[in-house]
Amino acid sequence: MAIDASTVRKVARLARIAIPESGLEPMAREIDGIMSWIDQLAEVDTDGVEPMTSAVAATLPLRDDVVTDGAMVERVVFNAPKTVDGFFVVPKVVE
Amino acid sequence: MSELTSLTLKSALEGLKSRAFSSVELTAAHVATVEAARPLNAFVLETPDKALEMAAASDARIAAGEAGALEGAPLGIKDLFCTRDVRATACSRILGNFIPQYESTVTANLFGDGAVMLGKLNMDEFAMGSSNETSAFGPVINPWKIEGGNQSLTPGGSSGGSAAAVAADLCLGATATDTGGSIRQPAAFTGTVGIKPTYGRCSRWGVVAFASSLDQAGPIAKTVEDAAILLTSMAGHDAKDSTSLDVETPDFASFVGRSVKGLRIGVPKEYRVDGMPAEIESLWEQGIAWLREAGCEIVEVSLPHTKYALPAYYIVAPAEASSNLARYDGMRYGLRAEGGNLTEIYENTRAQGFGAEVQRRILIGTYVLSAGYYDAYYLKALKVRRRIAEDFDRAWETCDALLTPTAPSAAFALGERTADPIAMYLNDVFTVTTNLAGLPSISVPAGVDAQGLPLGLQLIGRALDEATVFSVAGALEKAAAFRSKPAKWW
Repeated sequence: MAIDASTVRKVARLARIAIPESGLEPMAREIDGIMSWIDQLAEVDTDGVEPMTSAVAATLPLRDDVVTDGAMVERVVFNAPKTVDGFFVVPKVVE
Repeated sequence: MSELTSLTLKSALEGLKSRAFSSVELTAAHVATVEAARPLNAFVLETPDKALEMAAASDARIAAGEAGALEGAPLGIKDLFCTRDVRATACSRILGNFIPQYESTVTANLFGDGAVMLGKLNMDEFAMGSSNETSAFGPVINPWKIEGGNQSLTPGGSSGGSAAAVAADLCLGATATDTGGSIRQPAAFTGTVGIKPTYGRCSRWGVVAFASSLDQAGPIAKTVEDAAILLTSMAGHDAKDSTSLDVETPDFASFVGRSVKGLRIGVPKEYRVDGMPAEIESLWEQGIAWLREAGCEIVEVSLPHTKYALPAYYIVAPAEASSNLARYDGMRYGLRAEGGNLTEIYENTRAQGFGAEVQRRILIGTYVLSAGYYDAYYLKALKVRRRIAEDFDRAWETCDALLTPTAPSAAFALGERTADPIAMYLNDVFTVTTNLAGLPSISVPAGVDAQGLPLGLQLIGRALDEATVFSVAGALEKAAAFRSKPAKWW
């Protein structure tokens, strides 16, 4: 199936990446080319095959539900674009 | 100076131990070499003061008889690893001036064993690329050139800085990571050794995430033995990574030099691809002959789903990347762009912060995970992934390791393949299968092509059987006797 500019607009919105109108068509062509190449996977018979989600057969380990570290506010906010008194400052989200 | 930087890691460690030279002397020689090699663009951050400080501390530990396994050895660190108080950017604008407040487990293991950090190494942005050309810092230039030519070649990617730095004797070894071939293809392009261990051998904690079910750290080194020494230090169980395997780390170097007599080496017929240069085909034949002479039994095997590995990878890896890279929202760290409302800030931050290839992969990943396409693409790819893993399981019934070329070409010119994403992706056709299956695989330099550029051969082993991989790699290295170094032009 062909990927067009409107599909790219929708996906870019989902991915939260601003793409200018003029960039939608070229990006659609590129992604369509890649997806057409990927479509050869349809040739593989995968009936009854269990999806492989992990390269190793391991069950996820659980640890005790205890506090293992903390009390490092300065380090947590060290790289923040904007902070006040050890808090992240973010744009207003509720009008 | 050049004498100290031309040492292997193994011989440097012996020299330090016997006090033939100090770590400060060894490190100062490397610092000067790094500074003189800036035209290669291999380092995105040099840390000479920290290096000399760590070297002095190593010398004190050596004097006190408390030397670790890598005591005093100067290494380069790929910029994908978080290094406490030293900038880590994944070579992306979106991480800007990110200063990690913690140390990755792999680098902590190396430094705990006494290694010295020379600085951070260039790479493709978020490790997405096969030529180093997606780096926000510009591409690394391969120290190798075509004989009699002056064109700038790619060192491969994504660990191009690591490979170039080792090839040019800027460090005794380097950390690297491999999601689809990012350790092995650059190693092949630069005449160095690179191993991607079994998935789960090295902790991913503190390594900037690309595709978590495929990402593995490993070393790039001057020799097979050096790679084994480095991997022994890097590997080990880590409770902070839930996919880290709780298994013993053997002394990998002890397997290098062992006899490979009687081992069965599989040659997968599907790795003979159209358009592969005759020189790579004949090098592969030469490799088979070398291993036969060393006493191995050669068996032909079939890995029928090989051609589907790359297309499956280009669903799985972008899908995981789109999820992992959702964290770059401009709120807690990294770049924050202007915008009229919160959504616009997100969208502008990510548009300005991510380069073209990263944006393309996030969009593909978002698309294949979106409602209506999940089953047709993502789930289908995971099923094909199992088919690929099953191919290897069947091969292990008749052989102990596999021998293949590492890459379908030698190093190519910068700019040559940037216009065609699929041509670029095909670099990883022989390496990506083992990321999907989680298997250990190493690239060993085995010869040069007609233009004088290095070529590599790849060995693949069973899960957790790096021991056999290192033994066979050692035999291959000995037979190939690859000694060429790039002629210094920088």
